[in-house]
Amino acid sequence: MSDITRQSLSELVENIKNKKLSSTEVTTAFIARSEKSKVLNAYITEDFTSALDKAKKFDQKPNLDLKLPGIPMAVKDLFCTKGVKTTAGSKILNNFIPTYESTVTENIWKEGAILLGKLNCDEFAMGSSNETSFFGNVQNPIDKDFVPGGSSGGSASALAGQLTPITIGTDTGGSIRQPASFTGTVGLKPTYGSCSRYGIVAFASSLDQAGPMAQNVKDCALLQEVISTYDTKDSTSIDFKRNHYSKELSNNIKGKKIGIPKEYRVDGMPKEIDDLWQKGVQFVKECGAETIDISLPHTSYALPTYYIVAPAEASSNLARYDGVKYGFRAKGDNLIDMYEKTRSEGFGAEVQRRIMIGTYVLSSGYYDAYYLKAQKVRKLIKNDFDEAYKKVDAILTPSTPSSAFKIGEKTNDPVSMYLNDIFTVPVNLAGLPGISIPAGHDSRGYPLGLQIIGKAFDEQNILNIAFAMEEKINFKNKITDWWIK
Amino acid sequence: MSIDLKTIKHISKLSRISVDEQKAEKLAGDLNSIFDFIEKLNELKTDNVKPLTSVAETTLKLRSDKVESENIREQIIKNSPQENEDYFVVPKVIE
Amino acid sequence: MSKKKSEYLINRRDNQYEVVIGLEVHAQVLSESKLFSTSATKFGAEPNTQVSLVDAAFPGMLPVINEFCVKQAIKTGIGLKAKINNRSVFDRKNYFYADLPQGYQISQFKDPIVGEGKVILDMPDGQKEVGIERLHLEQDAGKSIHDLDPQNTFVDLNRSGVALMEIVSKPDLRSPDEVSAYIKKLRSIMRYLGTCDGNMQEGSLRADVNVSVRAKGAKKFGTRCEIKNVNSIKFMQMAIEYEANRQVDLIEEGKSIDQETRLFDTKKNETRSMRSKEDAHDYRYFPDPDLLPLEVSDEFINKLKNDIPELPDDKKKRFIDEFKLSPYEATILVSDIDIAKYFEEVVAKMGKNKDMKLAVNWITGELFAVLNHKNLEISQSPVSAKNLAILVNLIKNGTISGKIAKTVFEIMVDEDKDPQKIVEEKGLKQQSDPKALEALIDKIINDNREKAIEYKQGKEKLFGFFVGQAMKASGGKANPQLINEILKRKL
Repeated sequence: MSDITRQSLSELVENIKNKKLSSTEVTTAFIARSEKSKVLNAYITEDFTSALDKAKKFDQKPNLDLKLPGIPMAVKDLFCTKGVKTTAGSKILNNFIPTYESTVTENIWKEGAILLGKLNCDEFAMGSSNETSFFGNVQNPIDKDFVPGGSSGGSASALAGQLTPITIGTDTGGSIRQPASFTGTVGLKPTYGSCSRYGIVAFASSLDQAGPMAQNVKDCALLQEVISTYDTKDSTSIDFKRNHYSKELSNNIKGKKIGIPKEYRVDGMPKEIDDLWQKGVQFVKECGAETIDISLPHTSYALPTYYIVAPAEASSNLARYDGVKYGFRAKGDNLIDMYEKTRSEGFGAEVQRRIMIGTYVLSSGYYDAYYLKAQKVRKLIKNDFDEAYKKVDAILTPSTPSSAFKIGEKTNDPVSMYLNDIFTVPVNLAGLPGISIPAGHDSRGYPLGLQIIGKAFDEQNILNIAFAMEEKINFKNKITDWWIK
Repeated sequence: MSIDLKTIKHISKLSRISVDEQKAEKLAGDLNSIFDFIEKLNELKTDNVKPLTSVAETTLKLRSDKVESENIREQIIKNSPQENEDYFVVPKVIE
Repeated sequence: MSKKKSEYLINRRDNQYEVVIGLEVHAQVLSESKLFSTSATKFGAEPNTQVSLVDAAFPGMLPVINEFCVKQAIKTGIGLKAKINNRSVFDRKNYFYADLPQGYQISQFKDPIVGEGKVILDMPDGQKEVGIERLHLEQDAGKSIHDLDPQNTFVDLNRSGVALMEIVSKPDLRSPDEVSAYIKKLRSIMRYLGTCDGNMQEGSLRADVNVSVRAKGAKKFGTRCEIKNVNSIKFMQMAIEYEANRQVDLIEEGKSIDQETRLFDTKKNETRSMRSKEDAHDYRYFPDPDLLPLEVSDEFINKLKNDIPELPDDKKKRFIDEFKLSPYEATILVSDIDIAKYFEEVVAKMGKNKDMKLAVNWITGELFAVLNHKNLEISQSPVSAKNLAILVNLIKNGTISGKIAKTVFEIMVDEDKDPQKIVEEKGLKQQSDPKALEALIDKIINDNREKAIEYKQGKEKLFGFFVGQAMKASGGKANPQLINEILKRKL
């Protein structure tokens, strides 16, 4: 049985299609391992009974033409799932049961996958360590008391810990790529507008994108193929020609021009990250690609820009959590008293902090100095990429400035926590696709990731580069199952 | 720049989050360190830059004027913390 | 400027004050579904039965704009002779209220869909132009009900998300009468266009009224107060009157006026400050990241321009030119699209040999009186345009007299029947046979010999007596013109 959870998605799909495994067997295996892995705290809501029922039903009448036939999987608890509690990691949605399904998860179920449960995440996806969740810290399977990254920390932990064969996360400033990097997994943030935002609890609407997380690039490509659809229910969804990412996946990247941005060599970056990056340059060259030094001059302004734009949008997006229609309500003497108590008790400290920042930068007298300014700088950041892409096909950078850190290490210093996203945030601001692949280990044996950034709508290209590099890197995650007694 | 307690109180009012003195002090500290970091943007001259509001390279799609949503009152009110059969119910509004 | 008859001034001691008024009219767009969701917009539905997940702001729900509402706003802009903007932006206006589920209203702040335009008012002393500042699209809020429960407020979200057009005038209005004329004209234009039903009772049309006063002749505007959400013309006029006098009193007492939002209390007939609420207001507008800028091409706009029907001002001009109506008559007949439609149908049904004056008199006289009495709109008229046209023709061609026509009309009001048939069935046809009338008149003269002699001797008043007798003898059906002729000859 434990063999099953070691298999990649592609292997599982093949084995189910060849009838070597049934959906019930696969589902039972992942449930069993999930049951033994409570220490990781990866799940907020388990839906195991219903998952088994669905698996049995699938096996009675298996449709093997589907892309994810009878594959069980857990998803980040930011996706609304019909009839299954959806909390966004917050007390304020502690008891919320949607009567509707997000487009992305709907796409997944349509291809035959089965929901195992809802995975832990930072509250409203605001965090880089999964420490802001109302439902507690998540353990990184890599080592005890290390964060899995965030905000899709539960997703990354469950994936690396083999509680789910694949998963999905959301990425507003690095929330897929950073935890993928921290856990030795593959995570893709698609182009803005590639995956529908319908039914995903919103954090910052102009930055949020759902994306796949997987054990390897091929699985990641397959899942991206399933979740990326044009959706008329999301006005920012874009109707472009989507590839068959898994079918068209190729390790031939000969002649591709890959940009190496000098501004990503930031002050105080550990040598092992720099070394990893150099190794990455070597790998792409060995694959026949050419590297070109480029400049993205406004890189250092990306984080300050992000910490205006994202909280501003969040302060407004989270206004709907007011205790009136759904979710938690505190007792209040009158309407305003109820609002203030509900939001003060229902939101955690980081969410409150960001709502305050957002409210401030939009408030009368400060709008031009902060919000408008940030939008202008955002334009400059996008221009940097547009310029670079006149010369190169993709850009290679480290995914994060460090490997996973200890739980509690950065909770008292918001700015140092924010610095985690220094390499991922510019990609969201420019709306581009970016993928993090595991590329090596630090001195302690913790995984480190490299990020490949593509042109808008060019997911196929960065998946191909990642696929080619993956072969060269031949990364093996060092997971000891320390949490299973 | 410095965000004082009065400003914290003001934005807590606007965002309908109650803060007591202790929380206000903490928030003021956090926000000041975050804004110190944000001030970096002032190094850039942006007078002639057009602001970017969306990276979605498309125009707003228009939907046709059709009623597709049925009466789902029960569904809508189901998750509400306090309701009767017909309405959402909130504590009295004091003007 | 010479003093106009209708100039509205407030007098205190030797001082005269002018009132300056600007309106922000909220007009509900006529559409089947809401601005950003697919719920119905019907008035009077059971509470919370026309609410979608989007309207109730469930997590992850997103707005998708209704094309028809965009077209309606553009059409209204064209009707206001306004500039249509090719690019407009939806912003979020952030504030908390029980009936605002998103915690923000989607509106247009910096870049509205329609820019400057104008409206022409027909005032008793001539025409007046009122400038339009802008028109933008926005969502309506739900409804808070405060009087069903002592401890709680109930919230109905049926209206939440319904499309509104906010039409902002320039501060060009100077009296309650002008305000009334302006609202009526706006309403009329929108009803012609089919963009708003203008039903004030159902809240389809309401306004925020900005009022300030200044010494007559002063150039500078005074400090203004905004009276929120007034939902009838009568209340607008009362509110302006009260508010203007309040401001004048403050000035006379040497006090200053605070720029503030006020509420009109319809029971006490006074405005009062809402300042307690205003303190917290800082709407933090910013472009809604769930929506992209709205772009409309010139082609899109021109297509709509071609669909614009004849509007009241043009129709009035045509009625005057083509039907030789007086400006006064034309103004009345074009004031509402249904009246104009009715009138034009009457004209069409009267055929070639028509009496326009007579038709106008019957519509604005008898018909309006009946509608008024029965409290009906012209669209609900018990007498169809076709039958009224026949009636007018019957008078015109001498089949019945005007007096008989009134009798026939009364029957028509009860049962909308062809007047021709009524005349035949009741035998009301006018007697126009000269021989029969001569015989009838001979008899009358014979019966009243003494009076006939008195008449001949110069008592001309008695002519009326003979006419009356003749009419009476004919049961009112005699052709009065013939009676006159014959009597003159015989007496």
